[in-house]
Amino acid sequence: MSAPAPRPAGAGEPGDALTPLDPDEKLDVAKLLEGIASYRPRRRGWHWREPVPEQELFKFRYKETSKGLKNSLPLPAAHYFDFIDPQPDCVVTTEIASGRFEDDVRRMRMAAWHGADHMMVIRTAGQSHMDGLLEGTPEGVGGIAVTRKQIRATRKALDLIEDEVGRPINFHSYVSGVAGPEIAVMFAEEGVNGAHQDPQYNVLYRNINMHRSFVDAAVAKHVMASVRMAQIDGAHNANATAVEAWKVMPELLVQHAINCAYSVSVGMPKADICLSTVPPDAAPAPCMRMDLPYAIALRDLFGEYKMRAQQNTRYMEADGRDATVSHVMNLMISRLTSADIQSTITPDEGRNVPWHYNNVAAVNTAKQSLVGMDGLREMVKVDREAPELKARVREIKERAVLFLEAMLEEGGYFAAVEAAYFVDSGEYPETHDDGIARKADGGVAVGTIVPRAADYLAPVCHHFGQNHLPEGLGGGAGAAGEAAAGAGPRVAKPCDLIGGCTLCDIEKVPFIDELDREDNVDARLAQTAEFREQGLIKPEVEWAADGWVVVTLFLPAAPRVAAVAALEFGKAMNLRDCEVVNKQVMHPAEGTLIELKGRLDVAVDPATLVIPPEPVVMSDEEIKAFVTGKGLKCVAATVGEDEHSVGMREIIDIKHGGLEKWGFSCEHLGTSVPVEKVLDAAIEHAAQVVLISTIITHGDMHRSNMEKLADLAVEKGVRGKLLLISGGTQVTDELARGWGMDAGFGRGSKGIGVASFIVKTMRERGL
Amino acid sequence: MAREDTYQKVRGHLDAVNDEELETRFWELAQRVVDPLVDLARTHTSPSIERSVLMRMGIDSRTCMAVAAECEKRGLLGHGAGHVVLHCATMWECPVTEAAARLAAGEGWDLAAQKWGGAA
Repeated sequence: MSAPAPRPAGAGEPGDALTPLDPDEKLDVAKLLEGIASYRPRRRGWHWREPVPEQELFKFRYKETSKGLKNSLPLPAAHYFDFIDPQPDCVVTTEIASGRFEDDVRRMRMAAWHGADHMMVIRTAGQSHMDGLLEGTPEGVGGIAVTRKQIRATRKALDLIEDEVGRPINFHSYVSGVAGPEIAVMFAEEGVNGAHQDPQYNVLYRNINMHRSFVDAAVAKHVMASVRMAQIDGAHNANATAVEAWKVMPELLVQHAINCAYSVSVGMPKADICLSTVPPDAAPAPCMRMDLPYAIALRDLFGEYKMRAQQNTRYMEADGRDATVSHVMNLMISRLTSADIQSTITPDEGRNVPWHYNNVAAVNTAKQSLVGMDGLREMVKVDREAPELKARVREIKERAVLFLEAMLEEGGYFAAVEAAYFVDSGEYPETHDDGIARKADGGVAVGTIVPRAADYLAPVCHHFGQNHLPEGLGGGAGAAGEAAAGAGPRVAKPCDLIGGCTLCDIEKVPFIDELDREDNVDARLAQTAEFREQGLIKPEVEWAADGWVVVTLFLPAAPRVAAVAALEFGKAMNLRDCEVVNKQVMHPAEGTLIELKGRLDVAVDPATLVIPPEPVVMSDEEIKAFVTGKGLKCVAATVGEDEHSVGMREIIDIKHGGLEKWGFSCEHLGTSVPVEKVLDAAIEHAAQVVLISTIITHGDMHRSNMEKLADLAVEKGVRGKLLLISGGTQVTDELARGWGMDAGFGRGSKGIGVASFIVKTMRERGL
Repeated sequence: MAREDTYQKVRGHLDAVNDEELETRFWELAQRVVDPLVDLARTHTSPSIERSVLMRMGIDSRTCMAVAAECEKRGLLGHGAGHVVLHCATMWECPVTEAAARLAAGEGWDLAAQKWGGAA
């Protein structure tokens, strides 16, 4: 676990000027931005979850869980288990890429309630080639423009959200591109807790000059280390890019090793260095048998480092179910080996920029799988001596060693990149000559590094490399020719030359507000103001009021016909911008499953809605106390020509948590019972309650049966002594009361709701 | 050039190496790959690095851009952009943020030229 995170020097007290979030209120973005110029982060560094060994929750004991949350939403089945929400031992990541921070923060809040504590914000396309910092709140594409204002506002939102859920949340983005050192300083100043930093990513995937990338990376990493920011490398990209992903394993080990060795050499603690590792394959390949030896080889070699287990994207298609199953298999590899950070990929990433609820889906896939496999390793162990596994683990390591030997023979890293060693689809030493080649004297920002002169001076703390500080300022040529960190207040430090730097005195951090009058958060908020001000509801998946919905259709047609027909259905449903986002053949002739997205330009004003009141539910003790004293009796039946009985059993049977649980004595007359017989039985048994189930609604059968029961009770002079209750899938309380019942219970009703109603009504009527 | 999988042919020297030694060799090789890169970084700087120094001096990003760009143009980056700002601040007896703003506005480059040479 990490050392306690240092508080930024000069920062106010934690929680200063923060009004806590109310779980029943939306996050107010305008309010979030108030006072943003003076907002300061309250802590720095990464937060690992706090493990609770042998944690007991409900009737279970857990082996691999951590401290629980104050506010959270548990897994769907949790209501059977006293609503427990066990939190796995590893940090859980969600990646957010809407391009608008004001929408990102709302999604972060949702994800945090489901168990995410690592918010990874993707950067806008193209920012890695911008030589300098952006400011303000411009809209991004496929991620936000990383600016101080957006980072600060997001950190502030996360400070509020972490208070709400009761667990520190890690905020993460990217320290890559040609402005890496500046981004690193800004992140350190703003309390960003983790970042991707890997110069190889610049070189291979962004074609940024290799000399510039490594020179910049040393300074960026050193600054990150000064605030104990966690670093994630970029090796997983080789997996996502390779033609045959299972062949890239030796190279992945080499890429991890280069970034790790480089980071340690420039002053980053191993405990803060996380390997971005992903099981490279997916079914229908026998993926777990292929990926497990790799996962083990990696953990053997990199035992001193942290594992950030990513999920496979290389073989991800548009089918969310397919992606989810792949990810569960990835999670099984995490549980059989290890993961310090479990990252998640949304199940819709194969078809669009992730949508709100798919972030939550992915987080829940991780939580459900990790908790479900809790402690499994104590019973199911990897057989390290299994011949295939043993041989393969060794082979992958040997191939990686051969790769490194060849790189050195080639003339080192730069020469190897020029010779296209990386992202080749052959498994080294096999090559297909299809790797990514970059020129040492080419790429973005070529020729921009400059030798440090004999009097080179940087009068600030946490600067890497030669720095000719005056004697006594922890610098000069030093043992490693490197400036010392500005550690304690009484130790002379480099920034004494200028009266303090921003890393030592947070109040020195400058703030630039909007630079663009049109492209900013205020302009965007103005566009959706009516929805917020009038409380209108409009569907959304990414941005407030974007209107996107997805419709699932089974069409009895061949796939090409179905896809075109689906667009017509979309039009008929008043959807705009329709697009088929997934289609799956059920049978070449019999039909196709289509998922169709489109925009629905309709808003609903909740003030116009008639919302039936929620049933008041009493405690078990309260119901029991009332029932026991009175010896209450119910007569129950499915009335009319109706053989359904499951619903009624759910309401009365003790094993389903029905009325019998609290001591009601229930006489179940069965199905297809005439209404007259039900009433006669009620009189005979001196029952206080009559329950009828009416599922069939043909010809208004449910209505006539209810009215008949009520009329008969009046005729026989027992209406005032009896509670008449009906239930069924099409029944509502309003309808049932209108037809002479005391109450109606529809789909999803439970015994506790019925019992509570009986107790409440009998009390009110003095029965 | 494409190459068949020669793994069995070229791994001979690793046959006698046990797992532990193989891991040690892996890390030694990785260190040898990165050592020259670390040396390069120790002895070089870049416009982004110099802007990151100016940022740490409390200077806003737009001023950092202007000052570092001018230093680059005048061949002063190798002395350190922060060094240039500090030199002017000392001469003017003002805070470094003020000195940076004045440099960004075009003042003070003559002071730099007197110290390090080049156009005033």
